Amino acid sequence: MKRPEPVQVIKQRRDAALMQLADSIPYIRFLGVGFERRGDELTATLPYNEKLVGNPILPALHGGAVGAFLEITAQIELAWSIYWPQFEAGATGPRTIPKTIDFTVDYLRSGLPRDAYARAVVNRSGRRFASVHVEAWQDNRSKLFAQATGHFLLISENG
Amino acid sequence: MPEKKARLARQFIAAIPHSRALDMQMDEVFSGRATLSLPYDSRFIGDPETGVLHGGVVTALLDTAMGAAVVSHPQSTGGTATIDLRIDYMRAATPGQRLTARAECYRVTRAVAFVRATAHDENDDPVASAAGVFTVEGSKP
Repeated sequence: MKRPEPVQVIKQRRDAALMQLADSIPYIRFLGVGFERRGDELTATLPYNEKLVGNPILPALHGGAVGAFLEITAQIELAWSIYWPQFEAGATGPRTIPKTIDFTVDYLRSGLPRDAYARAVVNRSGRRFASVHVEAWQDNRSKLFAQATGHFLLISENG
Repeated sequence: MPEKKARLARQFIAAIPHSRALDMQMDEVFSGRATLSLPYDSRFIGDPETGVLHGGVVTALLDTAMGAAVVSHPQSTGGTATIDLRIDYMRAATPGQRLTARAECYRVTRAVAFVRATAHDENDDPVASAAGVFTVEGSKP
């Protein structure tokens, strides 16, 4: 029987795959979004930055920045779940990120000037389309400040 | 009065740090309608293979244009915040081209404002369309 891989080898391989997926996208770097991993579970982090503010009087995070954060989280979670078997088989190299078809954001409370977190769930991933739900919070996991649902295209238009 | 509102909306955009970070420009705002645009920037790319802008940039521009449309509406009484925003991405924005969002606030009640918007690059077909609901702040319930 084949011996299991040493834990450090597994961690390094998964972290490198995740890093390549997320860090290849300039806008993810521009917003400062990062990903933490526990096994295959991902948590996205949006560290607070003054450039994310949409209402300087309150202050509150910009609805567009929050929407972008949720869309990034949904996209990376979906790509991660699709490519996971390939990564586990040791495949490396750039991967195509699914295209967003539509995205609906529900703003539940104003985003405070502090770090935000998000997790996405792929509710359905078919042959051509996927439906992904994402939830974001700040101080309390049970008090969401935004949630969203989006549909994504899984195949390129020319087949 | 409309001119004062228009000036207010322009200042409103200039005071938003996220809009400044994305280099947004207020092209037009009047009586519940707003047009905003931003330049193509390689930092905003979502697909490194093609150089297409990330959907989040389109979202931010649409959201800001829609907020400005609400604030500039004759029945608006103050600030606004997004309650709900749906975006349909019809096609990729052409790399290198300026992105423009046109928003129209078509109904304002005491509590909420209803807004629709489209995003274009320098070609005719829209890149994205949006429908949103925003708060109307400052009015007495």
